[in-house]
Amino acid sequence: MSAQATTAAGTHASLYGGGLRSWLTTVDHKRIGVLYGVSALLYFVLGGVEALIIRLQLASPTADVVGADTFNQMFTMHGTTMVFLVLMPLSAALFNYMIPLMIGARDVAFPRLNAFSFWTFLFGSVLLNLSFFVGSPPDAGWFGYANLTSRQYNPGMGIDFWLLSVQIMGIASIASAVNFTVTILNMRAPGMSLMRMPLFVWMALVVQVLMLLAFPPITVAFVYLLFDRFFGTHFYIPSAGGTPILWQHLFWIFGHPEVYILILPSFGVVSEILPTFSRKPLFGAPFMIFSGILIGFLGFGVWSHHMFTTGLGAVADTAFSLATMLIAIPTGVKIFNWIATLWGGHIHFKTPLYFAVGMVALFIIGGLSGIMHASPPVDIQQHDSYFVVAHLHYVFFGGTVFGLFAGIYYWWPKITGRMIGEGLGKLHFWLMLIGMNLTFFPMHFLGLDGMPRRIYTYAADLGWERWNLIATVGAFVIAVSVLVFFVNAVRSLMSKEPAPADPWDAATLEWTISSPPPEYNFAVVPEVNSARPFWLHKYGPTRDISTHTRAEGTPAQPADPPARVDLPSPSAWPILAALGLSLVGGGALVGLWMVLIGAAVLVYCVYRWAFQPLERPGHPTFGPAGGE
Amino acid sequence: MPVSIRLQTPKVVSRERSTLQSALLAVLLLPIAGCAAVQPPDWQTLQPVSDFGHLIQDVYGDLFWWTAGIFVVVELLLLYALLRYRSGRSESEVPEQVHGFTALEIGWTLLPAAILFFIAIPTVRTIFQLQGAPPDPDPLEITVIGHQWWWEFQYPELGIVTANELHIPVGRTASLTLTSADVIHSFWVPQIGGKRDLNPGSENKLWFTPTEVGVYHGQCAELCGTSHANMRMRVFVDDSATFAEWSAAMREPATPDSAGMMAFLVSGCAACHAIAGTPAQGRIGPDLSTVGRRTTLASSMIPNTPETMAAWLRSPDSVKPGALMPDLNLDEQRIADLVAFLEGLR
Repeated sequence: MSAQATTAAGTHASLYGGGLRSWLTTVDHKRIGVLYGVSALLYFVLGGVEALIIRLQLASPTADVVGADTFNQMFTMHGTTMVFLVLMPLSAALFNYMIPLMIGARDVAFPRLNAFSFWTFLFGSVLLNLSFFVGSPPDAGWFGYANLTSRQYNPGMGIDFWLLSVQIMGIASIASAVNFTVTILNMRAPGMSLMRMPLFVWMALVVQVLMLLAFPPITVAFVYLLFDRFFGTHFYIPSAGGTPILWQHLFWIFGHPEVYILILPSFGVVSEILPTFSRKPLFGAPFMIFSGILIGFLGFGVWSHHMFTTGLGAVADTAFSLATMLIAIPTGVKIFNWIATLWGGHIHFKTPLYFAVGMVALFIIGGLSGIMHASPPVDIQQHDSYFVVAHLHYVFFGGTVFGLFAGIYYWWPKITGRMIGEGLGKLHFWLMLIGMNLTFFPMHFLGLDGMPRRIYTYAADLGWERWNLIATVGAFVIAVSVLVFFVNAVRSLMSKEPAPADPWDAATLEWTISSPPPEYNFAVVPEVNSARPFWLHKYGPTRDISTHTRAEGTPAQPADPPARVDLPSPSAWPILAALGLSLVGGGALVGLWMVLIGAAVLVYCVYRWAFQPLERPGHPTFGPAGGE
Repeated sequence: MPVSIRLQTPKVVSRERSTLQSALLAVLLLPIAGCAAVQPPDWQTLQPVSDFGHLIQDVYGDLFWWTAGIFVVVELLLLYALLRYRSGRSESEVPEQVHGFTALEIGWTLLPAAILFFIAIPTVRTIFQLQGAPPDPDPLEITVIGHQWWWEFQYPELGIVTANELHIPVGRTASLTLTSADVIHSFWVPQIGGKRDLNPGSENKLWFTPTEVGVYHGQCAELCGTSHANMRMRVFVDDSATFAEWSAAMREPATPDSAGMMAFLVSGCAACHAIAGTPAQGRIGPDLSTVGRRTTLASSMIPNTPETMAAWLRSPDSVKPGALMPDLNLDEQRIADLVAFLEGLR
């Protein structure tokens, strides 16, 4: 046992070494975070290629790059991929890697459940993309309105792949939401009260609660759809007395909180980066926390603003319109507080700051067009037009993608132990900023000029080709910027220069440990007495808003643990259980026998998992061998 | 402003800063430049031709100026903060550690709330206006039925059934009852006004009073399957005389040529299509009683000429992908007969 304990802490070899088997059975939140991140970035490329195909087809009127059906499949897969396979797992990557480090914990509350979440997500995402190989990807849009998804109007397997895979990934999300809610509430370092918790962790907590409450309605919606398609029920079939509008309600009761599930992590990242690079505390942290909570809470009461053209009546439209407008208030508070954080600071223009500021600047545009959509009379013109496509991309690309890239650049040294090139990083930023505005800003004009979304072709006499061509050029600029990012990433990983533990002179706990972190994260459990523990240690005690006293801060971690640290053993049961679960879902497309095999594998693996001790002989231990 | 910045932080690297400055300004000005390039925008939704469209336009105008104003102010504040507080100092120097300023934060919580108040008032007023009773007590009633992928228009009072080309008289309120025969569609004629969905199994209402004579483009706005993009329509706002003439002609279609009628029946067209006053009473496809009067074919995809009609009959799917009309493998003689017959249905 003690042989294993002698591996040097905080090196690539100790954290990321080991063969394939060690990655398949890992329960380390850092490795799982990397797995989420790598998968999400690969899917980002795939979803991006789908977007380029869409843009090529629309670059000119009556183009024939792809046919009508292929086009419908492309935008459906692009939307589903970007929402469920890119933005959510990329947020999950940062949650996984950073939350335990930021709250001073050695892992998440349920390490094996964490592994199960990742593998379930991965198998679900693979199932979705398997639809390409059987020639039948889904084609009803990422929110798949009933009754276009019924067997009658969509007899192929595409919708089945879509609903089963998103359902499977939903299980991964719920499991991970339980895990991180417990982790954040129960595993914070001594002294880290909720109001001393970093903003990123706060936003993550709000996101976990949103996932816990938002995924059940979509699960119900999918179960109804599954029954309609497989067992001939009529939940959404109007000719048999069902109502397709039920789907819209259930979907958007999930779908609107989902928007905040996608954007709040980015808010959290920006709220970490702006203080670090302006060398000031976050302005009005309590306002920021409560406005984040309020955004999440109000997010459950606004779903019908996606349905102003459905015909719900004037009273419902008014109620949902006013509720939606209310969200602008806490969102505005966030923007103003971010600007106030920069105000009076000493701003250091590093790549993470570029992306964080870009996120704020672009999200403002998406937020303001969102206010327009909150007004039903205006929305019924813009709904389902390219104006909405512009709006949602300013939120998801300008907001979420820029915010998450800010996080990737910010925590890259911590995660990889290598610095990443500033020059290429800034090139990436400028190209992405220009490409993003070239692509999406003209879509506002197209929407106002009457171009509906999800059309594979348009007549030449409508005057839409100019802005469409510009948008297509912009999409390729974005593609080049992503290429620059990958070049930068590879160059960084191949470089030999190690990153310092605290390259940005930051304030939070993750910078008190080496880069990359040791497997056990913290050699000693840190004591926290401030919202900016490391900053106060470095710059001397100052009056801190979270303590109202002169706190001393938390010092950097010692190189080696003074007392023995035990970590959970790797386990194969989570990945095998996830495989069983995916067989249950995917088996529905093959035959009952496969469902039953999957169920048997799932039950067996969960049983073995439940009876397997967390720490078994040979489990990783560190520090002095004494005390055995 | 630039002068004061230099005074404050004399040591900054000016080259890097000026690129940053100009790039940020470019980003800020891009939308404005974009707007200027197409000034004045002749975009469809901004050229309303009905009371419905004008009511929407008024609220949009309010919102546009509020949001444009907020956009400029907030982006300029952000830009100013970035340029003004760009660090030229050493790493170790620390600015004043300001944690917040409650009065200011309450202020910028209340300010958006106040602005929203001004947005909410016209919004709510217009919601109830648009969804209330039509202003005209005797509107022209029209039933719109969405089909994959074409529009059926019925005028119950006039006894007219037609497809894809909606005729309405200027100045008289049209009251639409919207429903669908299959999946959800959405009725959208951008210059007339906003969308309203056509839901299968239930009915929606939409009214508007066209104010300008003309022909307006419309199309389905809710994804409804393969040829969603091709589900287009034309709205003819006619002066009262032209409309009266049109509706009289529609009610008294010419008697179909009997030889052509035979070709129509033998080819199986009557299984889906109706021609008034004949045994052809199919209700699956568009009513063809006056198809020769339409200016376009295939849900307004192509102009109505003998050549395009022939192309459509030869292979509907290659004109409109996924079209539910089957390829009947008609020989060229039959196609020519049918084209002559159909173009004569006026």
